Amino acid sequence: MASRLLWENIIPGCDPLDDGNPICFANGIFTGTPVPVGGKFGLASKSPLTGFVGDSLSGSWFSVALKRAGWDGVVLHNSCDSWTQLFIDDDRVQFNDATYLLGKGTFETEEAIRNKLGDDQIRSCTIGACGENLVRYANVTNDGRQAGRTGHGMIWGKKKLKAVSVRGTHGVKVFDPKTLNQLAYDISKSAQGKDTEKYRVYGTSTGLLNTNKLGVLPTRNFQEGVFEDAELVSGEYLDRHHKVKVIACAQCPIACEQMSLVKTGPFAGAMTGIEYESLFANSSNLGVSDIRAAIKLITIADHDGMDSVTMGVTIGWAMECFEKGVLKKEDFASEEHPEGLELHFGNGEAAVAVAEMIRDQVGIGKLLAQGTRIASETLDKERGTESYKWAVHTKGLESAGYDARSLKTFALGLATGTRGGCHNRSAAYDPDMKGETNRLTVDETRGRVASESEEYAAVYDTLPLCKFIRRSFTGKADRSGAWPAIAKLINATTGWNYDYDDVDLIGTRACTIKKAFNIREGWTEKDDDLPWRWKHDPFSKGPGAGTVVTDEELAYMKKLYYEAKGWTEEGLLPKELLIKLGMPDVAEEVGV
Amino acid sequence: MWLKKSEFNEEIMATSASKYAYIVCDPNLCVGCQLCEYVCSFSKTGEYNSYRSRIRTVRVDEVLITAIACRTCENAPCVIVCPRDALTQDPQTGLIDVNAAKCDGCAWCIEACDFGAISINPHTTLAEICDHCKDDPEGPQCVKWCPKEALSLTTPDQRAQRSRRALIAESFDMPQKATDPK
Repeated sequence: MASRLLWENIIPGCDPLDDGNPICFANGIFTGTPVPVGGKFGLASKSPLTGFVGDSLSGSWFSVALKRAGWDGVVLHNSCDSWTQLFIDDDRVQFNDATYLLGKGTFETEEAIRNKLGDDQIRSCTIGACGENLVRYANVTNDGRQAGRTGHGMIWGKKKLKAVSVRGTHGVKVFDPKTLNQLAYDISKSAQGKDTEKYRVYGTSTGLLNTNKLGVLPTRNFQEGVFEDAELVSGEYLDRHHKVKVIACAQCPIACEQMSLVKTGPFAGAMTGIEYESLFANSSNLGVSDIRAAIKLITIADHDGMDSVTMGVTIGWAMECFEKGVLKKEDFASEEHPEGLELHFGNGEAAVAVAEMIRDQVGIGKLLAQGTRIASETLDKERGTESYKWAVHTKGLESAGYDARSLKTFALGLATGTRGGCHNRSAAYDPDMKGETNRLTVDETRGRVASESEEYAAVYDTLPLCKFIRRSFTGKADRSGAWPAIAKLINATTGWNYDYDDVDLIGTRACTIKKAFNIREGWTEKDDDLPWRWKHDPFSKGPGAGTVVTDEELAYMKKLYYEAKGWTEEGLLPKELLIKLGMPDVAEEVGV
Repeated sequence: MWLKKSEFNEEIMATSASKYAYIVCDPNLCVGCQLCEYVCSFSKTGEYNSYRSRIRTVRVDEVLITAIACRTCENAPCVIVCPRDALTQDPQTGLIDVNAAKCDGCAWCIEACDFGAISINPHTTLAEICDHCKDDPEGPQCVKWCPKEALSLTTPDQRAQRSRRALIAESFDMPQKATDPK
């Protein structure tokens, strides 16, 4: 829905940092009801990292407050002349001065707003110092959760929007509360069972040892897929030594966020919620085996408001530049470190210093604040180097924590993904990792598998429901297990009459509008590409040793994928298809 | 006002001569999902709205989260302070009853309550206080729904017993059986 709002409200072709790029909020259909994990909202703008659709989801109380205030969607146009905090107080809207919030971290900002406005039920989306300083991958935070990727925080910073706060005092009503309560209660209880155990007990970080075993754990800037110290940065290690408490988003009975604290060493006191994606990017990917440094890095990202995945991958890129002599010690000099830094793989303290330079846009931080694509292009142009070969992004968004060289269906999913290198939009790592496909080879099924897993994920992302609930409806996570249950929830909430096919169509339409948006912003088939490294530079060890995704394999799989979607050979959207999907206005603009 | 032992509900008060049961939240288990607020407000108003919930989650910082409802104090200050005698306490259960004909929403009871467990409904201008869902055969809905079993309807004595058992269970690891030296 947020992507649809973006489609309708953007000035096509505008620069992501221009006034023509709106900020679009769309609230969830189940937000404010007791439907488990339904307290989420979508946030969309044109991404300053990719130049394509920047769609993010975030959970928790902000969305509930927005719903109780009576808003299903909010679109913000243009920009402010001075730093502003927007306050939506039920149906009144105020533009407040935000000077008193400048420089404050994300959680701090939320608290300061609550204190100033005098109600602890006020919820805010905020940016931290990174957004204020225009880090290209700054993000937007609410309630300790992030609309994390694609650089929303930079757009907010450019618009001088420090926070959007909401107070909602009205009740939320549903069509058939008796049925909905029973459904919600049953799902909520079943979500305490085995199907969510890994999220509840160790959180997503428990996946780290598994990806390491499969040889797809990005290590030392995606050079290898096996990290020798994986045990020391695993979810299990985190649980034993650093976990303070598990917390939940609003209306979530699972509670996956593992709040973790550093108790000793130079980073003592750092605390934040640790997820697998943040963890890989800031531990194995940097060759860092001291998990305390990883927690510190993620704490900086979370508290000061930037994407911890892109930050980690960008620092990994810089480390490889250092190791290869492309960047020298003195390149990392700053007032605090006049001699520069030895940014070797494994040097957690130097990584922390660099993260702070990125946040503050100091010295080399200015370059690294642009993400790997722009940073490598800039450096290569200045110095005649080839650092693009180890810039691991697709469409400008740094890759998530599954090395796709030996997950070939996932590689296709990442290459074609509308958002870039994101594991949330393409769920194709799942069949690859479970062995439903042969992950080391390609065959004629991959187009269909990648397309289906993308549209499967898009159903959850559109409602939105957190995907961690997917096995708790009936014990089966596939369409036959989940869609009828979701249809029941939709019907009890709204009074509509959704069935399996209607639910399935949600995913197709969501993927289509995002694709249409990208086409209108100038997408061509060449943009569906993979990082150089994954195409040319195989692992030396582990189960995936020796494999890459060749250009031929990628071209073959892309063809299959476009076919499975019913698109043209060039990956464009046929008019008839768009009309069939009920999008005649989109057909008019981009259909062929 | 001290009550005779015979006046207590045997089931809840089996071991306590002096304290009422109330909704207790274990802050170690509470994850802050707020489902208690959803179901409480729904059971009282038919809508989901934290502002109308009689139990409230409190998040002081990133990890300090718990929920609070009426503690059914003895000699309840809210009852004593009410200038219109609109509040009365049930001697059996300790529950506070709000007489709608007398309450005018002056909010003195809110000031008197150390736990912040009372709110005024702006639509009815009446004080609202947790009543343990006494008219619902299923008992307190928040307890029924709490996915982490952080909430319970418990007397302070029972709470203390639970703490003692948990402490001992955590502190000592008794061998299951003696090993045979052979």
